[in-house]
Amino acid sequence: MDIKTILLLVPLLPLFGAAVSGLLRNQVGRAGAHWVTILAVAGSCLLSFWVLYLQMYEGLETLNYSVYTWMVVEGVTFEVGFLVDHLTSLMMCVVTFVSLMVHIYTIGYMHDDPGYQRFFSYINLFTFAMLMLVMANNFMQLFFGWEAVGLVSYLLIGFWFKKDTAIFANMKAFLVNRVGDFGFLLGIAAVLMTFGSLDYATVFTAAPDAAGETISVIGGMEWGLLTFICVCLFIGAMGKSAQAPLHVWLPDSMEGPTPISALIHAATMVTAGIFMVARMSPLFELSDAALSFVMLIGAFTAFFMGLIGIVQNDIKRVVAYSTLSQLGYMTVALGVSAYSAAIFHLMTHAFFKALLFLGAGSVIIAMHHQQDMRYMGGLRKYMPVTWITAWLGTLALVGFPFFAGFYSKDAIIEVVHLSERFGAGVTYWLVVAGVFVTAMYSFRLLYLTFHGKEKFEVVEGADPHAHLPDGQLAHKPHESPLVVTIPLILLAIPSVVIGWLTIEPVLFGGWLSDAIYVAEGNDVVAALGEHFHGATAMAIHGVQTVPFWLMLAGFAVATLVWRFRPGIAATTKARLPGLYSLLDHKYYFDEFNQKVFANGAVRLGQGLWKKADAGFIDGILVNGSAKLVGRVAALVRRWQTGFLYDYAFSMIIGLIAILGVWVVLR
Amino acid sequence: MMPLLSLLIWVPILGGVATLAAGDSRPTMAKWISLLAALVTLVLCIPLYTGFDNTTAAMQFEEMRPWISAFDVNYHLGVDGFSVPLILLTAFFGPLVVIAGWEVIKDKVHQYMAAFLIMEGLMVGVFSALDGLLFYVFFEAMLIPMFLVIGIWGGPNRVYATIKFFLYTFLGSVFMLVGIIYLYLNAGSWAITDWHALPLTMVEQKWIFLGLLAAFAVKIPMWPVHTWLPDAHVEAPTGGSVILAAIMLKIGGYGFIRFSLPITPDAAAALDWLMIALSLVAIVYIGFVALVQQDMKKLIAYSSISHMGFVTLGLFIAFAIYRNSGGTQGAGLGVEGAMVQMVSHGFISGALFLCVGVLYDRVHSREISAYGGVANTMPWFAFFAVLFLMANSGLPGTSGFVGEFMVILASFRANFWFAALAGLTLILGAAYSLWLVKRVIFGAVANKDVAALRDINGREALVLTTLAIAVVGMGVWPFPVVDMMHASVDQLLAHVIQSKLN
Repeated sequence: MDIKTILLLVPLLPLFGAAVSGLLRNQVGRAGAHWVTILAVAGSCLLSFWVLYLQMYEGLETLNYSVYTWMVVEGVTFEVGFLVDHLTSLMMCVVTFVSLMVHIYTIGYMHDDPGYQRFFSYINLFTFAMLMLVMANNFMQLFFGWEAVGLVSYLLIGFWFKKDTAIFANMKAFLVNRVGDFGFLLGIAAVLMTFGSLDYATVFTAAPDAAGETISVIGGMEWGLLTFICVCLFIGAMGKSAQAPLHVWLPDSMEGPTPISALIHAATMVTAGIFMVARMSPLFELSDAALSFVMLIGAFTAFFMGLIGIVQNDIKRVVAYSTLSQLGYMTVALGVSAYSAAIFHLMTHAFFKALLFLGAGSVIIAMHHQQDMRYMGGLRKYMPVTWITAWLGTLALVGFPFFAGFYSKDAIIEVVHLSERFGAGVTYWLVVAGVFVTAMYSFRLLYLTFHGKEKFEVVEGADPHAHLPDGQLAHKPHESPLVVTIPLILLAIPSVVIGWLTIEPVLFGGWLSDAIYVAEGNDVVAALGEHFHGATAMAIHGVQTVPFWLMLAGFAVATLVWRFRPGIAATTKARLPGLYSLLDHKYYFDEFNQKVFANGAVRLGQGLWKKADAGFIDGILVNGSAKLVGRVAALVRRWQTGFLYDYAFSMIIGLIAILGVWVVLR
Repeated sequence: MMPLLSLLIWVPILGGVATLAAGDSRPTMAKWISLLAALVTLVLCIPLYTGFDNTTAAMQFEEMRPWISAFDVNYHLGVDGFSVPLILLTAFFGPLVVIAGWEVIKDKVHQYMAAFLIMEGLMVGVFSALDGLLFYVFFEAMLIPMFLVIGIWGGPNRVYATIKFFLYTFLGSVFMLVGIIYLYLNAGSWAITDWHALPLTMVEQKWIFLGLLAAFAVKIPMWPVHTWLPDAHVEAPTGGSVILAAIMLKIGGYGFIRFSLPITPDAAAALDWLMIALSLVAIVYIGFVALVQQDMKKLIAYSSISHMGFVTLGLFIAFAIYRNSGGTQGAGLGVEGAMVQMVSHGFISGALFLCVGVLYDRVHSREISAYGGVANTMPWFAFFAVLFLMANSGLPGTSGFVGEFMVILASFRANFWFAALAGLTLILGAAYSLWLVKRVIFGAVANKDVAALRDINGREALVLTTLAIAVVGMGVWPFPVVDMMHASVDQLLAHVIQSKLN
């Protein structure tokens, strides 16, 4: 097959699958829907790996071409086209592989759901949109993919549309993302104005020439034009990749079914912002100010969102806050110009976080959709596969040497250490401290879920479909079916080995150098590479570093508090009520947004409508003038009495008046 | 050569007369006649599209006959890249409105259908008239069938709404009449193209600009002369709302392009701050007002006003761009964005009013609070409604994105704040559209009315599918629409930056 046909099929297969399973849902039935979508995404996945293979072993060059012309205005061509370099093919493989795992898993997870076909249609559509995003060769298509994944995310968070919390969460997610997209679109507008094109290659080539230009935004304050562009684009990334303060939608997105939490809200869509900034590295490299901003936002998110994870009781929300924190790490890496490290962590994280989410989903199936960890415990003997894979995922997440997360996270911490960018000092402390926090909440999750005493009871003879009170189950928890456990195993393998296998090419071997540009003097990854003597040596050396010991400390504290001395947690909570409620309320971001933005907007709208529109314009101007006409008419009407003598009398008065005036004026 | 434009005007009008002749006693026949007339009109658009030469800005398919020779009035028709898309849009909606009213209208069917056909012909007339007085006649005559449609088949408060609608628009067009009479007296001709070339002083231009503005601002409508629209929409039957939103509003935008900008370019340049300010007020202020509406039709009506703000913004940023850069690069994006926005808003608002109509026909309420969980009982309807509301909030891949995207990108060249304020629609548009989805479509079944809902039937599905294809098609490939108008846009911009003052 021609390479262009292959690349076209990669996104179109899932689009086709989505159309068939969605529009013909009654015709294809449940089995038809999952077969067509799984085959579509499997085909897409195979072709993606084929492209990767061609690049690795057959010397396939970077492809950059137009698929069709979207429109032409004033000689500026807006195109739909593909840019396929090493970064793209890496993303294609990650996206389609995780998507395939999630598709298979869904057969088990959504088994009893009446919206089975609809679900498969949505996740296929998501795969299409995400592929369009990563394969784009211009900003317009990037924005298309960007919003399209947002749409599917919206539809999937609200998949159970009868649940009030779900349809609140999905609207919130879309609107918060739109706040980010607002910045993103302004950034795109600035790009078009500056470069006269939205094509990546054209823009990146011309970028250095724009380095000195400025733009006046507020009252004569001059901004570097590229700083302005980069900050605007990054605001978009803050929405999509859930960086504070636009992170508020991600925890709520857990209202959606667990497979999509794994696919969209952990492995792929939320990393779109990271991918975008890496893709835009030729622009970001020209603005130190924007990169510092990126780094500090990331550092804040990495540390402070991790802290919230410690106090959450909902198993999915713990993993969600962990995702926020890990996205923060990736953002930090972007901010220190270590784009390849960010992409590397994006990849490892995609595997182990998808694994953890799917593991959490497996637990949730066993617990009959109970998500509160306070009613779990001791599950390891009931579900050994889930338990072991969850441990593997956790070890990867906390960065245990040799596991995938160790390599990517350690690399980020080290490059921050090497960076001299403004703010790198405080960032370093935050990301190092974050390691301790990560270990705390991760092991807490394992202990509360799989270890210790069982905090649920099995009520014999209870109706299995009835909604039982918290802590009661109709029958014993059991291991999930093969369609669930096989994806867990298949994701556990890369979670363990992918870092060890790929750190050398991805980080230090220049695999991404055709896609990512790092200015001389900023290249902390290369500086780190000077000390790199193979993956094994790095892991062994890792044991002597601060992060490793902090991780062990987190493990020790978690073990003590949640395994052996549960009283400590309660006492600490009682001792520090202020801190606890600060964390429990997630720093009051939601309350603030609800009060100020949501209620404020409604109140403003009411005021404008009732007072300005209905009151002033309609009440006074429109109906007022109608009434005025009416009143004048009523007055004038008095003259029209209908009596002849009145008219005769008026005529005489009129005649006299005219004569008088004539006499006077003459 | 076939007088194509005359056919496009008179086939629907005569079809309307034939429909009337079918009489009240033969509603089925009336429906079929009207459908046939509407379809023939649509077919007549094929030669219009294929025969249209988009490489030139010259008027095409011209027809010229003396009409009132004593006053130099001619029956003068012709189209360019601005009129053709709007004529196509008008003809596209003809059959849809007939089909949408097929089973719904029970009372005086023949008159209802006839009113729409006659209106269709008159609107094509507005878009193709090249004689100022002919334009004015079509422009005013069009009000009559709409007046009847709202007044006869409208809701309970229809009398207030019709009078408000009529007086508002009529008051505006009286000022326009003064303006065009002045132009006639000065130019000695009613030909709009002669007026384009007519030199005028700044004072003259400003008065004429304001006179025309009075007519077009009401029509499109711009803040603060927009308050007739929500009332008219709420009272109008579904078909009336569809035509009102999809096509009639566009006549305001078309007026700016055909009259205000080329006839009074210096006044437009001098008063562009006013137009831009009013456009941004429409986008932002009306966005907030739309957010708090309780009535679905009012919400869509306010959303229309907000979206029309993009049309006026796209048209009037040209001068600021010219002042900033000394060229028109970017201004064309704005003007074409405005045109695309008009066509796209036609599809989307028409579709949304049809969706409300589908619900209203079943439950007889437009109140948002009367619904909840419609997706449970009407999954296909939910699919279409969510699609159109997403398009309304400017989702890429739908037509709603294209125009807004173009105008926002273009306005950045004029001023950062124009783009930033216009960009707020990304948030506001999504907020009011999605909140509507949340309250009406999603949720558990709210009451027994919703529980008893039946999903859309074949007729409704046909109409909504057609519109969905148009919305998605234009979002995925806007090339043909945009391509049609390049030459005309270039010529317009070259014309408006040329001062007429000396």
